[in-house]
Amino acid sequence: MTLAQIRDLRVGATTDSGRKVQIIRGVSLDIAPGEIVALIGESGSGKTTIALSLMGHCRPGCHIASGSVMVDGVDMATAPERQRAALRGTTVAYVPQSAAAAFNPATRLIDQVIEVARIHDLMPMDQARAKAVEVFRALALPDPETIGDRYPHQVSGGQLQRLAAAMALIGDPKLVIFDEPTTALDVTTQIEVLRAFKSVMKAGGMAGVYVSHDLAVVAQIADRIVVLKGGEVQEEGTADQILHRATHPYTKSLLAAFHPAPRATAVAPSKTVAALEVQNVTAGYGMGRDGQPRKIALENVSCRLDKGRNLGVIGESGSGKSTLARAIAGLLPPVKGRIMLDGHLMEPSSRARSKEDLRRLQIVFQLADTALNPAQSVGDIIGRPLTFYHGTKGAARQARVAQLLDMVRLPQAMRHRLPGELSGGQKQRVNLARALAADPEVILCDEITSALDTVVAASVIELLKDLQRDLNLSYVFISHDLSTVEAICDEVMVMHHGRVVETLPADRLTQARDPYSKLLFSSVPQLDTGWLDRMPLRAAI
Amino acid sequence: MSQALSLRNLSPRNMGWHVSPVGVLAACVIAFWAVMAMVGPWIAPHPPGQIVDYDFFGPLSAEYPLGTDYLGRDMLSRVLAGARFTVGISLAAVMLACTAGIVLGMAAAVLGGWTDTAISRVLDAVSSIPSKLFGLVVVAAIGSSIPVLIGVLAVVYTPGSYRFARALAVNVNTMDYVTVARARGERTAYLIRAEIMPNILGPVLADMGLRFVFIVLMLSGLSFLGLGVQPPNADWGSLVRENMGGLSFGAPAVIMPSIAIATLTISVNLLIDNLPTRIRDRSE
Repeated sequence: MTLAQIRDLRVGATTDSGRKVQIIRGVSLDIAPGEIVALIGESGSGKTTIALSLMGHCRPGCHIASGSVMVDGVDMATAPERQRAALRGTTVAYVPQSAAAAFNPATRLIDQVIEVARIHDLMPMDQARAKAVEVFRALALPDPETIGDRYPHQVSGGQLQRLAAAMALIGDPKLVIFDEPTTALDVTTQIEVLRAFKSVMKAGGMAGVYVSHDLAVVAQIADRIVVLKGGEVQEEGTADQILHRATHPYTKSLLAAFHPAPRATAVAPSKTVAALEVQNVTAGYGMGRDGQPRKIALENVSCRLDKGRNLGVIGESGSGKSTLARAIAGLLPPVKGRIMLDGHLMEPSSRARSKEDLRRLQIVFQLADTALNPAQSVGDIIGRPLTFYHGTKGAARQARVAQLLDMVRLPQAMRHRLPGELSGGQKQRVNLARALAADPEVILCDEITSALDTVVAASVIELLKDLQRDLNLSYVFISHDLSTVEAICDEVMVMHHGRVVETLPADRLTQARDPYSKLLFSSVPQLDTGWLDRMPLRAAI
Repeated sequence: MSQALSLRNLSPRNMGWHVSPVGVLAACVIAFWAVMAMVGPWIAPHPPGQIVDYDFFGPLSAEYPLGTDYLGRDMLSRVLAGARFTVGISLAAVMLACTAGIVLGMAAAVLGGWTDTAISRVLDAVSSIPSKLFGLVVVAAIGSSIPVLIGVLAVVYTPGSYRFARALAVNVNTMDYVTVARARGERTAYLIRAEIMPNILGPVLADMGLRFVFIVLMLSGLSFLGLGVQPPNADWGSLVRENMGGLSFGAPAVIMPSIAIATLTISVNLLIDNLPTRIRDRSE
């Protein structure tokens, strides 16, 4: 007995430039009642497309070319739109990735949650409200009686994600599709949301499809895992099988990327001058009358980066870690404190800094998409710092661009391409090459691997390590992902609410003393199916 | 595989350069009027200012393909000669207005703070003056001449161009690549020229086309009111005004310059609507 059955599904798409491609190539999949199946793969692997096909929905530009999608006896691929619409919300429900974008900011939460019941005329509104409160309670939302009277901006991101799940569960669906529901959440929030999802699904006996790129998250919630790549199923098996006895090389590379090789520290902390030293820096946004910022984002932050070593800065969103990078780079001049580069005091604002100071400290941003000028070729992007800092022109500049492309392992032909014609990983390499063009001593890496797929991110980390060995660089590595920070850093600084909580050597993170850093480290999901159930329940800090 | 794909994609159509037939037709009409503006007076069958027919408001005929006007002058010759004034003055004005608007807009976006506020408020003040009224007052005060007309039209249409360019530039200015350039220590001129301008150029060019249409219409309006190009020269707006009297006779003399105005403005609009996606939307 299966609840949903996908047979030889093929989905075609027309790209913006009018090209026809097949994005799902013959996928077959079964989902039993009460079973949670995870679809895992990198971006572009077709995992969301398959999940949406279970609702008979295709994103604009896509169409189901062939194959059948039987859900509870109805073929969603061929059923008329009216019948599909009747099934959405009652038989199949959907929890979106970004709950913040899925809620209407102008309407009370309860009215949006019970909308499914109203549209399908499932029950009287009073009964729907009472049921919504039950669901809120099951999802462990605070104040279940009254939380529905609030507006979307009055609850936190994790609560909103659970409310989005409540919206899906109100119609008692047989199958719930979760589309990366915890990707946008902080780790300490993610754990609560996962726990809530898991208990509700178990209690209701509902089947689920959980779309994610994170094996560790999937391991906690899924019974079965389907590994996808390029629109094809690579491997399928129970969660334990996939995690411990993977046979397909792609699954193995995914698993390997989860455990990056720890950094072999060569350089001992020196007592000499630090490559970068931040002393009691306070910075914030919005200048008030008294010369103090209206919103303090960094308070009295101090850190030290020795030459040839790496400092990891870790914290949740809003902890001030990116602000620290902006303050060090002089983009957000600190109102207090000192920033020393190689023992030499730097001006707070980048405008006042000398070209030489600017050259020695480079910053690399998170989103390579927006960090590269779409109108400039790769050669021009990398060449500009050469001309700007070193006055290199003509053939010498060409030769140096070639060298830099070589350093970041990109082919020479790339120099004529525009950023729009590169993949995410390639863009991030160009982004790095531009920073290297300045011959810097310190590079600030602001979440540079966060937007990349696991395997690609691991290769960028390896590249950073190699470059460090060859060029004697020091990195400040800002991330919310503990495993990447562990892989590359010598020391890890934990930030919370704009303050430094604790600084620890990377190989002794388990010895954290501060309760917040303990919570943060323990909230990172492990590649182990029983991890979530073993985690003790506790109140959020 | 990806190699093969990338090679196959390089045809103009797939690169977003696909052009529609309507766009091509519109471009042809615009090109026709542009050529006429240049060579019109030389290929006109009769001298535009000379009375050639004893009859006034003459009908379409082999000798006078568009009829004759209220004095018996050849309409075809006068429309061809008028193209030079209408297209020339409008083009000069749109160039001035958009250059000023775009440069100020980008500067305001990049510099921000007081500079932005000052430029924005001044141009807001300019745009709060009703444009026709402004034209009337200036022309009445210092008399009508071609440089004055160009100046008035440019001043009237600068604030709109500025608003448009500033809105686009503000968005681009928050992009990480501009932040990287700032962190590198680049000067404002470089930020504007290399980082901002290439990324707002597509929409700005489209906007320039629309503004050209507005200017053609306003110039025709001013001329219709008698404040535009002065006799014996005439742009299309003046031609309509001169021949108003023929309206009751159903004379072609009043219809033809109106058709000329309509074909030019509609064609510019159609061309912009049918621009290849690559130019219209550079975000792809």
